[in-house]
Amino acid sequence: MATTYSANDEKKGNNLFLTLVRFRELSIMIIILLLVILVSIRNPAFLSIENFRDILLNISILVIVALAQTMVIITRGIDLSVGSMIGLVAMMVAFVTVSFPEMSPLVAVLLGMAIGSCLGAFNGFLITMGGVPPIIATLGTLSIYRGLIFVYSGGQWVNSYEMPDGFRALAKGAPLGIPNIILIAAVVAVLVHLFLNFTRPGRDIYTIGSNPDAAKVAGVNVTRTTFMVYVISGVLCGLAAVLWASRFESAQTNTALGFELQSVAASVVGGVSILGGSGSVLGVVLGAFLLGIIENALTLVRISPFWQLAAQGLLILTAVIVDSAISRRLQRFGGES
Amino acid sequence: MNDKIPVIRMRHVSKSFGGVHALKDVQLDIFSGEVHALLGENGAGKSTLIKVITGVHQPDEGEIDLNGERVYFNNPREAQHQGIAAIYQEPSLFPDLSIAENILVGRQPLRGGRVSWGQMNKEAGALLKRLGVDLNPRTKARNLSVAQQQMVEIARALSVEARVLIMDEPTSSLTSNEVDELFRITKQLRAEGTAVIFISHRLEELFALADRVTTLRDGEYVGTREMADVTTEGLIQMMVGRKLDDLFPKQAVEIGEVVLEVDHLSVNGAFKDISFKLHAGEILGMAGLVGAGRTDVARSIFGVKPATAGEIKIDGETVEINSPQKAMALGIGYVPEDRQNHGLILPMTIGDNVTLPMLDTYATKGWLNPKKEKAAAVEGVQKLEVKAYGIEQKAAELSGGNQQKVVLAKWLSTNPRILILDEPTRGIDVGTKAAVHGLMSNLASQGMAILMISSELPEVLGMSDRILVMREGLLTKEFDRSDATQEKLMMAATGTVEAALP
Repeated sequence: MATTYSANDEKKGNNLFLTLVRFRELSIMIIILLLVILVSIRNPAFLSIENFRDILLNISILVIVALAQTMVIITRGIDLSVGSMIGLVAMMVAFVTVSFPEMSPLVAVLLGMAIGSCLGAFNGFLITMGGVPPIIATLGTLSIYRGLIFVYSGGQWVNSYEMPDGFRALAKGAPLGIPNIILIAAVVAVLVHLFLNFTRPGRDIYTIGSNPDAAKVAGVNVTRTTFMVYVISGVLCGLAAVLWASRFESAQTNTALGFELQSVAASVVGGVSILGGSGSVLGVVLGAFLLGIIENALTLVRISPFWQLAAQGLLILTAVIVDSAISRRLQRFGGES
Repeated sequence: MNDKIPVIRMRHVSKSFGGVHALKDVQLDIFSGEVHALLGENGAGKSTLIKVITGVHQPDEGEIDLNGERVYFNNPREAQHQGIAAIYQEPSLFPDLSIAENILVGRQPLRGGRVSWGQMNKEAGALLKRLGVDLNPRTKARNLSVAQQQMVEIARALSVEARVLIMDEPTSSLTSNEVDELFRITKQLRAEGTAVIFISHRLEELFALADRVTTLRDGEYVGTREMADVTTEGLIQMMVGRKLDDLFPKQAVEIGEVVLEVDHLSVNGAFKDISFKLHAGEILGMAGLVGAGRTDVARSIFGVKPATAGEIKIDGETVEINSPQKAMALGIGYVPEDRQNHGLILPMTIGDNVTLPMLDTYATKGWLNPKKEKAAAVEGVQKLEVKAYGIEQKAAELSGGNQQKVVLAKWLSTNPRILILDEPTRGIDVGTKAAVHGLMSNLASQGMAILMISSELPEVLGMSDRILVMREGLLTKEFDRSDATQEKLMMAATGTVEAALP
């Protein structure tokens, strides 16, 4: 022990390269850059500002939901019910706006988040009090919440023309020059980053995901933190639901069907360990961005729509493999962390 | 010392699980500024006692006083608030978090309502410095050695101003330098007035460190002694309740034919030019320092990592062993060093573990016959006197010694003629150790050829007919039982010249 030294000491000569190299998100940035270059060679239209604005519009909701999913995954859980929660909340809020067209869109947002928190709390209750493993509990509520959409709506849809103008402008309006939905996603990302890094409950999320038994012994309230994470997931899904209904100007029985897989994909591509304990907001935002670019690029380079889904999956897998290869290579230069 | 109020005073503490008494009427007095050893065989109740003190378990009966005041801990948190900290055998750190956050987990310093990373690193750095440990608080725990992780845990205990620090077998996976370092810090804590409860199977460590010792046997209190007043024999007697006249019950056995012959065996990067013969009925000891390549030789013979040069002969015939299946078919059994990872499948039952290597024998036309399987498992478990509820119990729930017995039962069920044992008694208590040694001796007398790798010199000297010594991948020396001594083995293992030793 007399000879112990920290792995960091060797490289105290902190040059820029090493700082960059230790930066976990660097490899995914490299992948994004490569993809952007490749696609813009095939189709220069890809590099236009309009196109990037489209991509950001498309991934805003995904960013919000993927961040919710990320917090759950860091605790070693998973929330498979996010798609159904979005669908259910979107349907309920849409019906309310139709009945009360004078209602402020802000109230709709708060209402959506409130309903979402209840749905998330039920997930959290099943997992913490009921002792049901997260994957089973949320698989159950995936069906329950999706089923409730049909019960609630009687199979009806809410269409664009029924919605009040104010509500439709919520997502797409751009009073500040940038569409609201992009701004909201950015604000959520910043808030989640601050929460995860600078509050004790946020740190507890990493703690219980990194070593649940030790967390209990260290006096962290594992039950409360776990419950909280699912409630947060519900709240963010509620927000995403209202934005979804506003952006697509409709609420359908199949709204956000299968979105849980996209949210998991964005998290994992963004470097969140599926084993829990690690993951960053920046990584997840980049992960969602990469997914957005892939989807956009496949259209721009005119891949047949029949092939798109398979190609998308293939690209995601490639990205994850390349990412782990790059970060392993980088770690050899830069040591740990 | 006895006129002071003890930091911890326990009286008539009992705890049972499902009708089985784990602790029965146990007492304990711990004073500040002492290192108090807790001694007992596996299953004697040490761990349960520790868990009662740390609030993991609640006693069924009895009282606990902390500095003269009655306490009752409903959970570990309450015990921690009272200044009781514990370091367990397996470090309980958060691998994804930095050292600083591991130390201050749950109590991260806040500044203006938000976690202050600068403050956190500063506080953690100060604690590490106080311990004299040179670690960067920003390093992630994942990148630390076991010893370094323990230092972080001690720093964590310091940060809560622990009055009582419990160390449960902290040295079991440390090198001797690291043990010295741990002892230095423990003594420093003692000097600062911390009460330390220290658990270790290595008696010599207790003599080096502890002031007093309390012994438990079968969940009952045996006695407390000043360390200065006891001898090794006395401690063993207190632990096992009987005198172990012969710690190493080696029977004289007639050595038979050469069964296994290893000829100029090499594996690139691990060991080179290893040649030896193993006879029926013989126990061949293999000594050397950790990392000398002994385990690699064993793994090569067993086909886990086949040799890159040289040959292996069984009964005089050259064989090619390129997989463990092949080795088993040739009658070789291998009990690995790391029983948790390589020897047992912990979540499976004892029975399933025992029958695993020979599943084919219990099957009829590809379908397992549960009756046959069960019978074989029961037989193996009974023969080795495994302490368990039954063969349905999960391997993970057993104590270290009993796990080792299950591993042995598993390999004996394959009816091997050649048995390779890698550190067969590491981390198991004196009583079980003697049982394992007795079993080895028995097997040898039935004609089994045994290759035993061990880092414990008394074990090597006590059990082996012949002893091979390896150093840095080479076979450096061979001794006969009669002329081997600890000093000679140590010299051959370290490469020291004779004159350099006192």
